[in-house]
Amino acid sequence: MKCQYCEKPATFHITELTEPDGPQVMHLCEEHARGFLQKEATTPTASIAGALAKQLNLGQTKQELAELDQKECPVCGISFFEFRNTGRLGCPFDYTHFSEDLIPLLTNIHDSVVHIGKRPRRAAAADSHAELIQLRREMEEAVEREDYERASEIRDALHRIEEAGSTEQNASGEEE
Amino acid sequence: MIRDSDFDDLAHKSGEWLRGTGPESDIVISSRIRLARNLADFPFIRRCSDEDRISIERTIRAKMDSIDEWREVRYIDLEQLSEIDRQFLVERQLISREIADAEGSRAVAIDPREQYSVMINEEDHLRIQVMHSGLDLKSAWQSIDELDDKLEGAILYAFHPECGYLTACPTNVGTGLRVSVMLHLPALVITRQIDKVFRSMQRINVTVRGLYGEGSQYTGDFYQVSNQITLGHREQDLVALVGDDVVPRIIEYERKARDFLVKQGQQDLHDDVSRALGILSTAKKISSEETMHYLSKVRMGVNLGLIEDVPVGTINKLFIHTQPAHLQKLQGRLLGSSDRNVERATYLQCHLSGKLSDGELN
Ligand SMILES: [Zn+2]
Ligand SMILES: [Zn+2]
Repeated sequence: MKCQYCEKPATFHITELTEPDGPQVMHLCEEHARGFLQKEATTPTASIAGALAKQLNLGQTKQELAELDQKECPVCGISFFEFRNTGRLGCPFDYTHFSEDLIPLLTNIHDSVVHIGKRPRRAAAADSHAELIQLRREMEEAVEREDYERASEIRDALHRIEEAGSTEQNASGEEE
Repeated sequence: MIRDSDFDDLAHKSGEWLRGTGPESDIVISSRIRLARNLADFPFIRRCSDEDRISIERTIRAKMDSIDEWREVRYIDLEQLSEIDRQFLVERQLISREIADAEGSRAVAIDPREQYSVMINEEDHLRIQVMHSGLDLKSAWQSIDELDDKLEGAILYAFHPECGYLTACPTNVGTGLRVSVMLHLPALVITRQIDKVFRSMQRINVTVRGLYGEGSQYTGDFYQVSNQITLGHREQDLVALVGDDVVPRIIEYERKARDFLVKQGQQDLHDDVSRALGILSTAKKISSEETMHYLSKVRMGVNLGLIEDVPVGTINKLFIHTQPAHLQKLQGRLLGSSDRNVERATYLQCHLSGKLSDGELN
């Protein structure tokens, strides 16, 4: 038997004992088995796919889901379709932009949608950071289509925000 | 921090978490906690351009350099590292397989005692992890909480008032906390109770994963218990769920099974573990699966007092040091798999054969 991830023979057989659908066996070579054991407990893509499938059963029609798939984050450009396929979000702003769409998913995974644990002492002003991410992406896109004028405009805007941000950070640092 | 790419010295020693000294260390190998964190002003890794990754690495490195207490911390650029060196750090559990196999700018900062490491540009911008020997989650949580505060003093994290710490994958959002305890449960395996024990735990938000060798012939008897959810509970409560509730129950079952084995078949058991030690200390070539299988038996023998003179720390160390990249680092050259089997046997012999008394050989 070959490893599920490469051509080497599968010498380790790892059983996930607590998968919701009963025990699942994975066949892996030595190297992948070691990596797998150190990895996260559940494979996120699988659990997200599972949670989304449940969501679909719970009343979302195919058409509604198709519309949701088209929805894109204005900051990083990721579509809900891409997120669904990879199990990974594109930027911190996605939690705001897809907020309503993520609620059923978070409920399925965590049985909760509100964080009650630790909080950082310095809170980031979310919007200005989203703007930074967005501008950097727009700059790259401008460079790609060789619109250097637009790219340098964005670069100047970026510098202004970054400078404002760093003085703001210094100020808050001195307060402590 | 010390920028470093040469860590041959690591191959000759082992991390503190392997010492086998913490609470319940006859059953619990290690307690690990990790926190996932991201910078507020960059996209998550999958949507990062090469330049973004470089900026993230540079930003975090500069901030870490400004932490006074971190003067002794080693900083390793993983992009520049050879595959074998990355593999070595994976075996050492200082980095993940994902970051080893990834591409682009990425790095790890490692504490000299190997009790904590911080990965940069893994699935999240920052993955902080703390490892302690035995069942020691409370102090591991304290350490990682302090580490997190220190980094937060220098880095602005992506945080949302309702969702908590924002992560690339929604399975980590909120606390970003994953608690994992590695358990050695040979008696539950031998008495065939292991599935029953874990089935009874299915609905309490923990994940259990076991490692089996080929067929049923080789078993390492190691199991990892982790929290499944990260949102909606305080960090201390997630730590307590695993450390005060689930793991102590499993430990109790394992102890009962060990008692049963000792009472039922002292001689058979003694024979079995002594043979295992015999094979490990006399074989001329041995695969890593076989090594794991027999080391597991020997470890149980040591913990039940059936094998004397072999410290459990030595056994723990052998589990790591007989892995492929460690063997090759120790030899200072690349070895094919059959050469490794020979080298592994030599290494085991040299660390175990002196400990064999004549009585055990007969
Ligand atoms: Zn493989
Ligand atoms: Zn986004």
